[in-house]
Amino acid sequence: MRVCFFVTCLADQFFAEAAADAVRLLRALGVEVRFPRAQTCCGQPAYNAGHWDEARKMAAHTQDVFEGCDYVVLPSGSCTTMLRAYSPRLFEGDRPRYDAALDLAERSYELVEFLVRVLNTGSVGRGLAGRRLAYHHGCHVSRELGIKEEPVRLLEAAGAEVVPWEADQECCGFGGVFSVKNAPVSLAMADRKLGTLSAVDALTSADGACLLHLAGRAKKRGLGVPVRHVASLLWEAHRGG
Amino acid sequence: MAAKGYRAAARRTLERQPEVREAVTRATLHFDQNRERAYDEVEAEAWRDWAAATKRHTLSRLDGYLLEAEAQLTARGAEVHWAEDAEDAQRILQELVERYGVRRVVKGKSMLSEELGVNEHLERLGVEVFETDLGEYIIQLAGEPPSHIVGPAIHKGLEEIRALFHEKLGTPPDAGPEVLAAAARRVLREAFLTAEMGISGANFLVAETGTLVLVENEGNIRLTTSAPRVHVALVGIEKLLPRACDLEVFLQLLARAATGQKIGTFVSLIHGPRLPEEPDGPEHLHVVFVDNGRTSVLADRTMHEALACIRCGACLNACPVYRQTGGHAYGQVYSGPIGIVLTPGLKDPRLADDLGYACSLCTACADVCPVRIPLPQQILAWRVRSAERAPAAERLAFAGYAQLMTRSRFYKLSGKLLRLAAPLTGAPWLPVLGAWAAGRGALEPSPKSFREIWEEELNGA
Repeated sequence: MRVCFFVTCLADQFFAEAAADAVRLLRALGVEVRFPRAQTCCGQPAYNAGHWDEARKMAAHTQDVFEGCDYVVLPSGSCTTMLRAYSPRLFEGDRPRYDAALDLAERSYELVEFLVRVLNTGSVGRGLAGRRLAYHHGCHVSRELGIKEEPVRLLEAAGAEVVPWEADQECCGFGGVFSVKNAPVSLAMADRKLGTLSAVDALTSADGACLLHLAGRAKKRGLGVPVRHVASLLWEAHRGG
Repeated sequence: MAAKGYRAAARRTLERQPEVREAVTRATLHFDQNRERAYDEVEAEAWRDWAAATKRHTLSRLDGYLLEAEAQLTARGAEVHWAEDAEDAQRILQELVERYGVRRVVKGKSMLSEELGVNEHLERLGVEVFETDLGEYIIQLAGEPPSHIVGPAIHKGLEEIRALFHEKLGTPPDAGPEVLAAAARRVLREAFLTAEMGISGANFLVAETGTLVLVENEGNIRLTTSAPRVHVALVGIEKLLPRACDLEVFLQLLARAATGQKIGTFVSLIHGPRLPEEPDGPEHLHVVFVDNGRTSVLADRTMHEALACIRCGACLNACPVYRQTGGHAYGQVYSGPIGIVLTPGLKDPRLADDLGYACSLCTACADVCPVRIPLPQQILAWRVRSAERAPAAERLAFAGYAQLMTRSRFYKLSGKLLRLAAPLTGAPWLPVLGAWAAGRGALEPSPKSFREIWEEELNGA
């Protein structure tokens, strides 16, 4: 099976090792992975800020880059949601681009979703035995795409304990431009997430942007919360058993 | 003067009144958990589909249903008035106050009356006004507007209410909730028995029968609408339902969405003033249909569905942004997700420039709305409209960003620059980055970009 890897701009710059782990894991599971070099950003920052002309340019660029790929796999729930649910809305007056957006939407998968729903992977390995983890459900991936159980099941299958967390499905407060336009509220939301978190070996998620925001906040407040992208944990699960 | 708008008010609330965040979080999580349980007990998805379709149908034929309701109400002896805006409604109220020689008014909870500035107007006319919903009474004593559609005083903790009642009503400083409620009851009983006019809102108005429907838990609305000799109901034109049988779902769905109850403790179905053979009820019933911006919302292809709102407050309870500050920070009658969508449409589109960002686009509200208003999409649509008016710096930044992101060579170069400049990104004076770093520290990019790792290690492996 052949997939094109869409690293996403944020993971490219801030979760590079986790993205590399995603590629390593896919290859270990027998998937052929290509990396189209012209890829950049899905356009979501501009889409969410209401600058749709700019978002359209980036979304069109992304369509062109991934044309002809059987599957497009992303280590980011939010960017996957952009391709799957949001990008078509940008092209409602432009039939060819709209069709291309729907076509790309059909071929795009978030990493964990791809492992579970396409590869039918029930377990990637047992290398997380004894680990206590907290899983943050990114808003877009959980509510717009309905991917809630999959990551938790894979982590548990790897031997980890995913601890109950009353705020696990609440927004972390990142929200793209929201995080800087209304920084105090954004930070209060992060504090609510961090304040309800019990002691864990790692806080993880399928969304790098949320983790960047939560990790920065935790560090700023002097809380020792180790943050790991789910791709890195799953690769560790595979290597360790 | 203090800076205006949501952004500044939210910051002030978080800095100066941390107890508000605590009280609002506790109350809304409680409401939301009850709603979730109440939805799970029934086929909520199907109910929501049906309710959404019924409301949309009604809005698509609103003119016909309004005329039908007017004919029914008039036939049963009510007097119907039409108010285009707040000024119009105030003029109608003034005329009624003068006609009946009103000195005292008791009020049932009504968000529309907040829109119309009813209390201030009546007080200017020398009329004494009593809010009779306990939460509304508390904030009236405190001189504040409601902070939540259903729980107007949820931003206040017990301590604050205790101090307020001690000061205004002379209750002991350590009075328990029962003592406080009894003190309010003493004042309000007196008011019910002496007021010449009761003013209510309406939860629904049935076109087919002209039935005014009011839902509550305290019984104060029933007293407001039956004890004084005049009852005035302020009804937003979007409150119509076609048939009486539509209430079967709407009464249950409203209660489940708002508080997780199966149905409100008191449901009043009012068909007109007292008939000669009836022992009680008001001698006169006046129904004021109010537009106040609603027809503009109805004409807006993207926003019109927001008029389906039944004011349950579920979107506020589900909103993690609302939870941090409560409703006052929005500076408007309606707060939370529905407030962001409705307010610019009812008042001024430019209000969306600020309010549109009282949202992280988490979409939790869309999951709970009983009439399936596409709130996140509508909030985003306001942002698209606001973007045209955005400061030049913002528009330039996004234009530059799009240029960068459609040329992979520039994109790669910018990644290298990011790595070089990252240690400097903690500077608080930097635009955008400063706002990020102030609460989260400087950016910490990976030592190597994925691209570099790919070229060095993964490509051809």
